[in-house]
Amino acid sequence: MKQEQTQHRPKRYGMVIDLDKCTGCGSCMVACMAENNVSFKKDESDKLLSITWMRVYKITNGKPFPDTDICYIPRPCQHCAGQHEGHSPCVSVCPATATDYSRETGIVSQIYTRCFGCRYCMAACPYHARYFNWWDPVWPDGMEKYLNPDVSPRMRGVVEKCSFCFQRYQAAKNKAYLEGRRELEEDEYQTACTQACPAGAIVFGDLNNPDHLVHKMVDPDLKHGGRPRNPEVFRLLERLGTNPKVYYKSGRQWVRKAGDNYLPGEKPGADMHKSHS
Amino acid sequence: MSSQEDKVKTLSETPADCQAGQGSGGGPFIVLFFIIGFVASLVVGWVIFPKVLYSQKSQPFDFNHRLHLEQVDDGCQSCHFFREDGSFAGVPKLEQCIDCHEDVQGESEDEAVFVEQYVAKEREVPWLIYSRQPNCVFFPHAAHIFGAKLECRTCHGDTGTSESLKPYEENRITGYSRDIWGRNIAGFKSNTWDRMKMDDCAQCHETAGIHDSSVQTGRDACFVCHK
Repeated sequence: MKQEQTQHRPKRYGMVIDLDKCTGCGSCMVACMAENNVSFKKDESDKLLSITWMRVYKITNGKPFPDTDICYIPRPCQHCAGQHEGHSPCVSVCPATATDYSRETGIVSQIYTRCFGCRYCMAACPYHARYFNWWDPVWPDGMEKYLNPDVSPRMRGVVEKCSFCFQRYQAAKNKAYLEGRRELEEDEYQTACTQACPAGAIVFGDLNNPDHLVHKMVDPDLKHGGRPRNPEVFRLLERLGTNPKVYYKSGRQWVRKAGDNYLPGEKPGADMHKSHS
Repeated sequence: MSSQEDKVKTLSETPADCQAGQGSGGGPFIVLFFIIGFVASLVVGWVIFPKVLYSQKSQPFDFNHRLHLEQVDDGCQSCHFFREDGSFAGVPKLEQCIDCHEDVQGESEDEAVFVEQYVAKEREVPWLIYSRQPNCVFFPHAAHIFGAKLECRTCHGDTGTSESLKPYEENRITGYSRDIWGRNIAGFKSNTWDRMKMDDCAQCHETAGIHDSSVQTGRDACFVCHK
């Protein structure tokens, strides 16, 4: 049994977001909240309280008209692999084993019943992808009947974050088992944000599988933590060495440069080899 | 100097003398009180508390699994079937029963209740589900039946051959069924189906050596059974 399992090729589920296609409409945020039973607050503009597993940021190049340009950056959990598989910033600091990294899927999990709310993970996460429940979730009357039964709602005092819609993976695996398969097709497991994006800017799949579109777009260098070989693809805060599995694609250099902190005059990607050797 | 030493001596001796004096006076009573208190707390903890902890509810009406199992061709899955998307249907809906039970069959009282109260009024039966897991648990029946080739009996026991439904016992604090913790309040089990706690899932997963994908524990990752 064990051998049969380990012979399975492990997955590295990941995402590529084409920032040149993203219009900043926010459909991904809405779809995510509906799919994952994220409650909303009276004042959603209070970013200390609001919870957005998927959040769209807006950046500009800061230049005056006519050279001004803007870019929207959707930011889910980056599902960092870390310097060695599973040494994600959040996983390595969790004292409760509430957040974990699966070598089988590459997904960083969060178990709400296990979390006791110390928020170390939030401090460790360089992407601000984790959120704390300061209050119990409240839905308008009757809306709790529209909750997704496949996702457990969170209680006050725990941290939550994007799970790459893991419940959809579980459901897809169910179907595969029924049909006597173990492997999933690319389109069987897709996140809610991917399917909701009207511009088709978000692509999701297995980075280890050369047939999947994410692999083709990124051409990840697996020997170097999945660093993209495609020069138009970059990751947020690449030089921290968190090795995220969410990639961004843009033809604009100032956007690629905004993905990390560079010295004046330094070009993005210039010292990548140095920092990883 | 010597007088000081004497003083210290007397001071240190006095409390000890006092204690010895009290002990010899109230000894048997203290032991008796201790034993009474000890027995009382044992009785409260092991007998009264479990009784108070679980409320007993009866199902809407009784059901004979054995009788039905003899009538169907496909075993448990005749009624507890898998949907096309791989999800498990669980307790059958009225739709599955209505083919045979449009009219009252036999003379049992439960049958009459079923047909008159539920079938005639097209009302779903509000069954109390013994094996319902907490909200954070994802249990894929498909993976266990088709993947691991487990029998229903391994977790559900001999429900399929039972002739009547046992009372449903609900934990007043957690709201979970007693079948999750098990009948034995100390948590011992002699059969695989005696309990349905996380430890029981983990035990089987560990002996079968199914997964070792968790970075934190070296065992199964949390996002295998949790949602």
